Amino acid sequence: MPFIPHTPDDVQEMLAEIGEENIEKLFDEIPQNLRYEMKNYPDGLCEMEMARVMKRRARKDSGQSCFIGAGAYEHHIPAAVWDIAARGEFMTAYTPYQAEASQGTLQLIYEFQTMMASLTGMDVSNASMYEGASALAEAILMAVRANRKCKNKKVIMPETVHPSYRRAVDTIIGNQGIEIISLPYDRTTGCADHDALKQYDAFEIAALVIPQPNFFGMLEDVDALSDWAHKHGAMAIAVVNPMTLALLKEPSQWGETGADIVCGEGQPLGVPLASGGPYFGFLTCKQEFVRQMPGRIVGMTEDLDGKPGFGLTLQAREQHIRRSKATSNICTNQGLAVTASTIFMSLVGVEGLRNVARQSHANTLLLKQEMEKVSGVEMVFQGPCFHEFVMRLNKPIKQVLSSLADRDIQGGYTLTRRYPELGEAMLVCVTETKTENDIDAYVLALKEILE
Amino acid sequence: MLIFELSRKGRCAHAQTPKRIEDPVDLPKHLLRKTRPTLPEVSELQVVRHYTNLSQKNYSIDTHFYPLGSCTMKYNPRGAHALASFPGFLDRHPYQHIKNSQGYLACVYELQEMLKEITGMQEVSLAPMAGAQGEFAGVAMIRAYHEARDDKGRTEILVPDAAHGTNPASAVMCGYKVREIPTGPDGDIDFDALEAVVGPQTAGIMLTNPSTLGVFDRRIKEIADMIHKAGGLLYYDGANLNAILGKTRPGDMGFDVIHMNLHKTFATPHGGGGPGCGPVGVGERLKPYLPMPMVALRTDGYKWETEFHHPETIGRMSAFMGNAGIILRAYIYARLLGKEGVPRVAEYATLNANYLMHRLQKAGFTLAFPKRRASHEFIVTLKREAKEYGVTAKDFAKRLLDYGFHAPTTYFPLLVPECLLIEPTETESKEEIDNFVDAMTKILQEAMDDPEKVLNAPYTTHVRRLDDVKCARELNLIWKEETE
Repeated sequence: MPFIPHTPDDVQEMLAEIGEENIEKLFDEIPQNLRYEMKNYPDGLCEMEMARVMKRRARKDSGQSCFIGAGAYEHHIPAAVWDIAARGEFMTAYTPYQAEASQGTLQLIYEFQTMMASLTGMDVSNASMYEGASALAEAILMAVRANRKCKNKKVIMPETVHPSYRRAVDTIIGNQGIEIISLPYDRTTGCADHDALKQYDAFEIAALVIPQPNFFGMLEDVDALSDWAHKHGAMAIAVVNPMTLALLKEPSQWGETGADIVCGEGQPLGVPLASGGPYFGFLTCKQEFVRQMPGRIVGMTEDLDGKPGFGLTLQAREQHIRRSKATSNICTNQGLAVTASTIFMSLVGVEGLRNVARQSHANTLLLKQEMEKVSGVEMVFQGPCFHEFVMRLNKPIKQVLSSLADRDIQGGYTLTRRYPELGEAMLVCVTETKTENDIDAYVLALKEILE
Repeated sequence: MLIFELSRKGRCAHAQTPKRIEDPVDLPKHLLRKTRPTLPEVSELQVVRHYTNLSQKNYSIDTHFYPLGSCTMKYNPRGAHALASFPGFLDRHPYQHIKNSQGYLACVYELQEMLKEITGMQEVSLAPMAGAQGEFAGVAMIRAYHEARDDKGRTEILVPDAAHGTNPASAVMCGYKVREIPTGPDGDIDFDALEAVVGPQTAGIMLTNPSTLGVFDRRIKEIADMIHKAGGLLYYDGANLNAILGKTRPGDMGFDVIHMNLHKTFATPHGGGGPGCGPVGVGERLKPYLPMPMVALRTDGYKWETEFHHPETIGRMSAFMGNAGIILRAYIYARLLGKEGVPRVAEYATLNANYLMHRLQKAGFTLAFPKRRASHEFIVTLKREAKEYGVTAKDFAKRLLDYGFHAPTTYFPLLVPECLLIEPTETESKEEIDNFVDAMTKILQEAMDDPEKVLNAPYTTHVRRLDDVKCARELNLIWKEETE
């Protein structure tokens, strides 16, 4: 019996204690006509047999040279990160409701909150959200709650925000009477169109979403956007890649007064690509909005002897206390990914993070320069990019990506579906994990395919 | 000691950083960072030692019996973690080409199929990332269904008073009003009270069965008929699916939509508060609205199904496809169990719970529902102990920590005073359960002889009882370097 320790004697003793003949009797409150016996289900395997299945399947998907970013980024993860995070004491604990028995997780979250608040320049951080897209949805809900002066619930969302984030936001906030206004992008710069923004000058707007770098890898004029928001009584919500904040200005420094709420995808900080999850979303904000924050928050306090310790705090915001009046329905978050990420940030430190950012940027520029020389390739946007860029090809992207995949190169993310107006365009990413050889191989393969 | 207090200027874990290169010159100056973030400057060994030491300040399933009711803290097989961590799975980009993704997609597809069989639902989407997101997706589908039929008057979701807080919170996020339904004296839903409020304004009802009171609602079929007759739909909160796995199915009880908690029922690690995974299953009526993406099997292999194939979907719950790694772990667990292993989970979880319930009752504890079977969990109420000795459920919980047990869930469900919700799970041995009974018995004796001892517990943990009030009043949420 997999994972069940009972001996036949145990079972007999236990049933005797209960006063029943067999286990089946314990189910006698379930009406007979609702009982079911499993039919279409495979027989059990032992771990060795299962390992064989999984090894074969993992092999099918492996050996790829990855040049896709689009919200999930391949970075080096020090061996110590998951070695420690996967310790049973971290991995098999639950939400730290019993603070005295959870000081490890609680202190770690307190350290995490410190690191994320500092990276983003904000005063406070929560203990994490599910991932980037749903974190943005929660940030929008939070902004609408916090912006008490604004009577309507209009939120401006640039089209330079990840299209899947925008879809998830639509799903999550769709039934709360919030109107999302789509802000087009400038076809030359690949950034939010500031002229288009002007048409909302006379509107009352609850919040403006500002991505940095944006989905196309381009750098937005965050100062102007943040100032526009504040000038018009709107909250400024920053959506950022935390790794880039090693080099890029933290959102608290955007414009005259800085962003109010910062959110994003934490995956670049020590979490593997792993088909898209589990990752973790982060959410930080200025002190004055802390009570509008969704999710768990850890605070430092003292025990009976005056010794410092940590506990969950401001729980009156949360669903298990507040029920239908909670700031969000979120309960479980992404503790394990946060554990990994905190260890990651401690290991690489500021210098490490800067070098990862610098190297990723430099590698991206290198590939971009090489691609500019290839005939049939055209850069779509002008201006500085961080570690992703958009290029248009003279052949169908679908076919190109398929041919690259045949060479074990994952060549990029197609934009033909989400941004058909860009033609046969794709988004390419290069991180510090790629060598000059990898980049040369990419260029060579693409040249062959385009010829 | 915090990691920041170990920091020394100029120290670095050199093996973990790529070679230093110059700052980029092409990025506009006004967009660059001028401040230095607060990350520690520490060596690799310091990091490893610090976090290893921190881990040891946790109680966990791997170290302690953890009978946290409604959380199903069963053994998380190491094998599932190890096999899901093969490089081929960890390195796979979520947008990796379909022809280099057949391994992962096969696992997703097969888990979808297995969950259909286990729940009796017609179709399953693994997209929601946690129970609460599954609930949200479920209620959003109910809403989409009514809207598609232009059935506009349905503004209410019914939720029993014993429900998880996420139920009403999720319903509100979907734009519904919540009406609470009382529980009858036997722990089943108050049928008459329910009947009185069901009507044309009812969009649906959210039920957990067995409920968080630890009992199976015997009139579930009648409830389903009543709701359906009124034009509403039934939502099943799968928090307690472990109790009925392979024995009875929500689909057969009449539920239209359900969510499962893979981190409970399918033994994936709770990770100190997540990640979870909250797949949703639906009956025929709600199929078009399932959250995307899903995986389909076609003649030329496994394919992603997206909003382009399912235009009526409620949409996406995340940027990619939810907690993919948790899906893999659950898949592996589901295959290790197999057809015989699945119902055994419910059998032994139920055996353990009923055994523990009987033993505690004999030891002098009061059960909330003494005439009922325990499902895979049950409730002890310490109302009498609180009144007679001044020792509350919280005090019992803290004292249990001293005896080497994680506390059961306390003060939930809210309607039972001074309650402990106890769920031993199927993976605990009889000896461990007996030890727990011994500890509870000793604490009860202490409560009578020396209540102060219990009131000031715990004594053996890394910190003693913490000041929650100070924690909330004098908010200290991040570390700041002391400046002189």
